[in-house]
Amino acid sequence: MTAARPAKRKRATLLWLQSGGCGGCSLSLLGAEGPDLYAAFDAAGIDVLWHPSISAGSSADYIRLLERIRDGEQPLDFLCLEGAVMRGPEGTGRFHMMAGTGRPVMDWIDALAKRAATVVAVGSCAAFGGITAAGSNEVDACGLSYEGRKGGGLLGRDFRSGNGLPVVNIAGCPIHPDWFTETLHQIAKGHFSRADLDEFERPIAYTQHLVHHGCGRNEFYEFKASAERLCDLGCMMENLGCKGTQARADCNLRPWNGNGSCLDGNYPCINCTAPEFENPGHPFTTTPKVSGIPVGLPTDMPKAWFVALASLSKAATPSRLRQNAVADRVTHPPTEKPGRKP
Amino acid sequence: MTRLIVGPFNRVEGDLEVKLDIGEGVVRRAEVVSPLYRGFERILHGKVPADALVYAPRICGICSVSQSVAAAKALSAASGIAVPENGALAVNLIHATENVADHLTHFYLFFMPDFAREAYRGETWYDDAAARFAAMTGTAARELLPARSQFMHLMGILAGKWPHTLTIQPGGSTRAVVPSELARISSVLSAFRNFLERTLFGDELERIVALENAGELQAWADEKPAASSDFRRFLAISQALALEHLGPSQDRYMSYGAYGAGAGALFKTGTCVEGRKTALDIGAVSEDTSHAWYAGGRAALPPFDGETRPDASREDAYSWCKAPRLAGVAMEVGALARQLVDGHPLIRDLHAKSGGNVHTRVVARLLEIARVVIAMEQWTDAIVAGERFIEHGKMPDQAMGIGLTEAARGSLGHWLRIENGRIANYQIIAPTTWNFSPRDASGAPGPLEQALEGAPVRAGETEPVSVQHIVRSFDPCLVCTVH
Repeated sequence: MTAARPAKRKRATLLWLQSGGCGGCSLSLLGAEGPDLYAAFDAAGIDVLWHPSISAGSSADYIRLLERIRDGEQPLDFLCLEGAVMRGPEGTGRFHMMAGTGRPVMDWIDALAKRAATVVAVGSCAAFGGITAAGSNEVDACGLSYEGRKGGGLLGRDFRSGNGLPVVNIAGCPIHPDWFTETLHQIAKGHFSRADLDEFERPIAYTQHLVHHGCGRNEFYEFKASAERLCDLGCMMENLGCKGTQARADCNLRPWNGNGSCLDGNYPCINCTAPEFENPGHPFTTTPKVSGIPVGLPTDMPKAWFVALASLSKAATPSRLRQNAVADRVTHPPTEKPGRKP
Repeated sequence: MTRLIVGPFNRVEGDLEVKLDIGEGVVRRAEVVSPLYRGFERILHGKVPADALVYAPRICGICSVSQSVAAAKALSAASGIAVPENGALAVNLIHATENVADHLTHFYLFFMPDFAREAYRGETWYDDAAARFAAMTGTAARELLPARSQFMHLMGILAGKWPHTLTIQPGGSTRAVVPSELARISSVLSAFRNFLERTLFGDELERIVALENAGELQAWADEKPAASSDFRRFLAISQALALEHLGPSQDRYMSYGAYGAGAGALFKTGTCVEGRKTALDIGAVSEDTSHAWYAGGRAALPPFDGETRPDASREDAYSWCKAPRLAGVAMEVGALARQLVDGHPLIRDLHAKSGGNVHTRVVARLLEIARVVIAMEQWTDAIVAGERFIEHGKMPDQAMGIGLTEAARGSLGHWLRIENGRIANYQIIAPTTWNFSPRDASGAPGPLEQALEGAPVRAGETEPVSVQHIVRSFDPCLVCTVH
C-alpha cells in the first residue's frame, strides 16, 4: 500500500528588516534547535524572500524586491522587523537611512507594513523601543506600535495588518528562537488569532508563564534563603534585582542554548520581555527596597501576605538552604535521615 | 569616471553602504558609509558603572561577549578587582565560543556564498561551490547550523545564554562549573572538533596549526581533492581567482591580544607595521571626526576625552563611524592582524609573499579556529574544581579604566571614566570602527577604503563581485562600528 504525501500548502513569504538594534535576535534565532532554523522555515512552509544575514542576492535585487512589495506586485505574508524604529533627529529618521535608497528606514517600514499579511516585531526593540530607547532616548527610538508601555510608535496601536492582527510582539532581549519559530508556524498554518496574544500583543504561549516557573532556585525562594553576591545559589529577588517573579516568559521551562537561562547563569532576570525594561529606575543587579522590603513583589500577591509568609518561611529555613544560598556550588546536599521510609 | 552606490550589503552584521568612483575598469576611490547611529555612549552616561554590563553587550548581537569582556575589563581596571584563575579560564571559554562561532558563521553564511554567484557560472569549480555554499540552499549551511547550535551549548552551561549574558563580571564569572559540567563541556568540544576535522578541514586540527609556510599549505591542499573539505575548496577557489591580489592592506596591523594577559595570553599584544613588530602604545589612540556626522572640531581626541554629539547636518561628513587612528595612522585589525602580531609562521610567510588581502584574511581566520579550539580543550582541563570563579569588590566613586580585548573581527576597546559613582564618559572603539573608518582630517582613507582602490570591475557590473569579496573579507560588524 502506498500513502500519498499530504498536499502542499501554499508557501508563505517572509521579509526581514533590521533597524535600530544589535542583530542579536537574528543570531539567537540561528541557534534554533530541534530542528534548526532552515528546517523550521521549511516545516512552516515559509520562503525567506530576504533576511540580511543569510540571503544571497545583490543589493539591487533587494531594493527591487522592496519596491515590488511596496507597489503590491509581490505578496508578503510576514514582515519581520528587528530593532527599534529610528525616528530622530527631529522626526527625519536620519539616524538610520536605508543604504542605497537615500530614504529613512522608518519610511520603508511604514510602506511595507501596509502590504504585509502579518507584521512581526522581533525582540523588545522592535516591539517597544527596548535598549535603543534607553536613557533619555535622544535618537527617538520606538517600537512598531508602542513607545515603551504606551501605545503609539510608528504604526499606532490600532494598526491591523492584512490578516486583521495587530503587530505581533515577540519581545525579549534577545528572543528565544522557539518563540519566533513556533509563533510563525502557527500563523502560517492559520492557527493563530488575537486570543493568542497577551495585553502587549506578545504570544501568550510564552508570556503565560513567569520566569519564576521552573526556576532552579525555587526552594531558596520558598524559604527566602537569599543570594548576597552574583555567583551565590540562593534566590536573587531580595538583594540582586531579580524580577523572575514578575517577568513574563518561559525561560526556566525552555532551556536557552541547550542548557541555560539567566538564572542558571547565576545572574538575575532583568525582565527583558517587558516594555521599558531598559530603564528600571535602579541599578539592574540591586533590588530597590523600602524599609528593607523589596519594592517589586511577585505578580498579583498582596504585600501583607508576602511579608507575613516571608518572615514565617525565613524562620523555618533549613540550615542546608541557608548555607547553600550564599555558596557558589552546593556545599550541603540533601541527606536521608537514617531509618526513615521514603 | 562613474559613481556606483553599493548597498545595503547583506551577509554583513549591520548596515553598510559603499560609494565607488570607477574609472578604466577599476575602483579609483571608495567612501565607506555606516548609516545607523544608536548612541550607546550617551545611553551609558550617568548610569552606575555596573550597568555597563547590561547595556554594552547589547551594542552587538554577534560580538556580545566581546563587548561584555571589554566592559568587565574596564571596570576591573577602574576598581582593581582581580580575577581568580578559574574565572579567567571560564571567561576565556565563553569568549572563545563566541569568537569561533563567529568565524564559522562568517565563513559559511557570509563569505563563501559569494562564490555561488551567477557571475562565476562556467568556472571549473562553480558547480561544486554552488551546491555547497549557495545561501540558504547549499549543503554546507545545513551541516553548519546544527553543529554551531550544539557548540553554543557551551554558552548554556557557562554563560546562561547567548547573546547578552551577565555572567562576565570585573572579578571573573558568576557561574562556577562543577566536574559533571566540565565533562559536558569536554564532550561538546569533542563533538565540535569532530565536525571541524570532518567538514571544515578534512584533517586534524594539529596538522592545520603546524603548517609553517605557503609551500606546506599548498602541499597539504594537494594531498586530497578540493571537494574533500571546505578549507581545501576555499584554497582552490582562491587560487583560481587570485584572491591574494584582491583588497590589499595598508600593511599596518594592530592586536590588543586575546585570552589572557601578558605572557600568559594565547595571542600577543602589539602592532606589526611593514613587517616590523612593535609594542602597542595605547595612549596613542585617538578618534577623528572630520568626516563623520558629529559636532566638534577637526582635532582628533584621545578616547578618555572623546565626545559623541551627533550632528546629521554636517556637510563634509559621510558616515556615523568615527576615524580611530594610532599615532595618527589607520590600522587594520582582525584575525590576520592577530596572527601576524602573534607571529604564527604560516601567516607571517603568506604575508611576506603577498601581503594582507582577501586570501590571507580568510586563511588567518580558519587557522585561528583550529588554534583556539585546541586552547579551549586545554582551558577546560585546567579548571580546578572547588576553586573560586569570581571575586567581588567595591566600585570606586572616582576612577578611570581601559578594557581591551579582541572580538572575532578585531580589536575592541572601552574607555571608562567614573565620577561621583556614575559613568561620566564611556567611549567605545570597535574593530570595524578601525577597519571601516572614513577619511581623517589629513584625507587619509580607512583600511577598507584603501583596500577597495584598484579593485577590478568587470564590464557591466553595477555591484562588482570583487568589492563583495573585499568587503566581506574583513568580517565587518557595523552595529559595533557606530554603536
